Amino acid sequence: MTGSILTKQIIDLDKTREIYKDASASYKSRIVICAGTGCMANGAMSIYNKFREVIYERGLKVAVMLDKEEHKEDDRCDNDFLLVESGCQGFCQMGPLVTLYPQKILYTKVKTSDVEEIVDRTLIKNEYVDRLLYECPDSKHHVRDMDKIPFYERQNRIMLKLCGHINVHDADEYIANGGYFMARKSVLEMTDTQICKEILDSGLRGRGGGGFPTGRKWDLTRINESDVKYVICNGDEGDPGAFMDRCVMEGNPHSVLEGMIIAAMAVNATKGYVYVRTEYPLAVSRLKTAIRTARENGILGEHIFGSDRSFDIEVMEGAGAFVCGEETALIASIEGKRGMPSIKPPFPAEKGLFGKPTVINNVETLATVPVILEMGAEEYRKLGTETSKGTKTFALTGHVANTGLIEVPFGTTLREIVGEIGGGVIDDDGNNCGVDFKAVQIGGPSGGCLTQEHLDLPLDYDNLRDVGAMVGSGGLVVMNQNTCMVQIARFFMQFTQNESCGKCVVCREGTRQMLALLDDIIEGRADAATLDLLEELANTVKIGSLCGLGKTAPNPVLSTLKYFRDEYIAHVYNKRCPTGNCDALKTYRVIVEKCKACGLCARKCPVDAIEGSKGVPYVINIEKCIRCGACYTACKFDAIVKG
Amino acid sequence: MRNDFPVKFDRVCEVLDKHKCDPNKLIAILQEVQEEYKYLPEDIMTYIATALGISPGSVFGVATFYSHFTLEPKGKYVIKVCDGTACHVRKSEEILKVLEKELGLSGRKKTSDDMIFTLETVACLGACGLAPVVVVNDEVHGSMTKEKTIELLNRIREQEKQENNK
Repeated sequence: MTGSILTKQIIDLDKTREIYKDASASYKSRIVICAGTGCMANGAMSIYNKFREVIYERGLKVAVMLDKEEHKEDDRCDNDFLLVESGCQGFCQMGPLVTLYPQKILYTKVKTSDVEEIVDRTLIKNEYVDRLLYECPDSKHHVRDMDKIPFYERQNRIMLKLCGHINVHDADEYIANGGYFMARKSVLEMTDTQICKEILDSGLRGRGGGGFPTGRKWDLTRINESDVKYVICNGDEGDPGAFMDRCVMEGNPHSVLEGMIIAAMAVNATKGYVYVRTEYPLAVSRLKTAIRTARENGILGEHIFGSDRSFDIEVMEGAGAFVCGEETALIASIEGKRGMPSIKPPFPAEKGLFGKPTVINNVETLATVPVILEMGAEEYRKLGTETSKGTKTFALTGHVANTGLIEVPFGTTLREIVGEIGGGVIDDDGNNCGVDFKAVQIGGPSGGCLTQEHLDLPLDYDNLRDVGAMVGSGGLVVMNQNTCMVQIARFFMQFTQNESCGKCVVCREGTRQMLALLDDIIEGRADAATLDLLEELANTVKIGSLCGLGKTAPNPVLSTLKYFRDEYIAHVYNKRCPTGNCDALKTYRVIVEKCKACGLCARKCPVDAIEGSKGVPYVINIEKCIRCGACYTACKFDAIVKG
Repeated sequence: MRNDFPVKFDRVCEVLDKHKCDPNKLIAILQEVQEEYKYLPEDIMTYIATALGISPGSVFGVATFYSHFTLEPKGKYVIKVCDGTACHVRKSEEILKVLEKELGLSGRKKTSDDMIFTLETVACLGACGLAPVVVVNDEVHGSMTKEKTIELLNRIREQEKQENNK
């Protein structure tokens, strides 16, 4: 064993970076194919293969991994192009994406049939293929420089910078871009207190939802004396509508490991776990490969970077339980038990995994740590707002033109995010309607809704808390005017009810009853007492639950009740769904002006509820109508409306 | 029913050995066992409990707590309809309804009698940029519509028919 340690190769970061720079200079172009989940589903891999095929056909050479062998001057590597598979580039709506460097050209919605043209015109002749460039929806202008695309231009990608740029299969690309230098610094040059102080000074707060200052969390763990301490990376991204952790783990797994190494040095831990949800198989395999590579290079394991410190990481796959995102539940899960939260204190910093002091941080938090050390706390603090420093990634989804993954400084407003980066709201027919959204749901099942009145609210931890929402993990779901807010509240309630672990009675039974009340509202059984009962119950669940899941489960209901009470009232008292989404409350009527009196609807009606005669507009008898919608689908003149 | 499946305890033993019969590794053990048998047969869970020195109740408790574990065999094609927020607001429910109708499955009945299809909903697959999403085994299909769903189903059925003819 000792022998293997002595002979173990320890990577020379500076040399690796130099060799990489030299080697990469000999390529004419670097072709980056986005291999994030979105682009993969749209056929990114067949595009990747097609590129290899076409380039070979043209008698040119392409490498898929940078050739870093030291060649003699005369037989220097003779590849023309470097083809790279990257992680998610964020612009999922426009996928599959192909980026060319050094030209900085981004081709969107690329099909295999476009590859020949890209090779012949852009790679060989240096021309643009205009129809594949991003087209600004307003000016119809084709954007040639990818940094000028509004989606990217308005962002501040510091944590995501390398994700979507570097080759996911080549650790050296991460190193060549400055990766692991900060881990080395933390191991060889910094003391534990220095690291904690730097992170505390940077103002970094937990990106998983709670927003607790990371530096303080580390310091609390540091001061607890113990022979064994743990660092856990929480990659149990269960919040529906959020996928930033996934992108980081898949696109830049080494940054997560580097963050964990720095955390381990700060608290003197020797063992780390990455807890990844089982729905992310690609993240699991990429992390495992990254860990193996890091071990081979003396970055993980014993005597890391040749020092007397040891730290190793293991990947633990979750098994599908949202509550495991809660730190004490996650610890129970790693210990092989049911993932149920326990009472705090003791906090994990005192008694965590296997009873030892433990630091638990979210993926995004840890991936930000190396960036902070590199920038310096002072520089990092300049980004963001008074109480929330730095940048935050958001998963922008729902009824918005540009869905995808974005990173913006705290304090950015919804107007900028939805209107500029997101490219506007889209209605059910796909028309763009500017920033005319009905609500933006932030923070998933624990969060709340933002409305038009919050359009210019600088988004940060405290402002969001004040308006009854939360940053949460950062899912931003945009909803257009045609969305029924009661149904959205029901949707989240159904989710938390399903995921409640059952430990606390008020959460287990309370969420069930809240769901039943919402069903009553949607199905037209609600009466005057329902809303009061719902609110009372919501507050009970909030107070009486142990963990974050129960404490925040009523938030979507309370938030929609606060901002869309009139919609609830319409459901309860008028038995009407203003957006016409609730089947049980739908009423159909004929617009007299549009009715051509053809009689088709009357013939289709299974209960003879429609009456009329030739030349006279038809009328629906609400008493008889069973709300099947047959007439609605039958009418050729859009003369029947529901709502 | 269970007697029809030859229970291969040797694979379980391998998995248990690999994890050194450590009760802390229960979840990983169950995952690997499920990988092998496609579900968690009851006698195997009892066997694991004995080997780890914990009560069968604890093993069963963990197996039923996590949604990834299944105590019943699943079909050859597991179709998952994502019902995360992004998919939900982009009408994933309609797609689920189409699939339920086409496959004759609903509510408690999740697997077709011929063991070809299992239909499930999942909370979020993290492919929100492509909402609504349907996953067949591990293949992601994005921006689904009712028509595309039926097309997808027909493709699988066709493939199945060809395999049977071989």
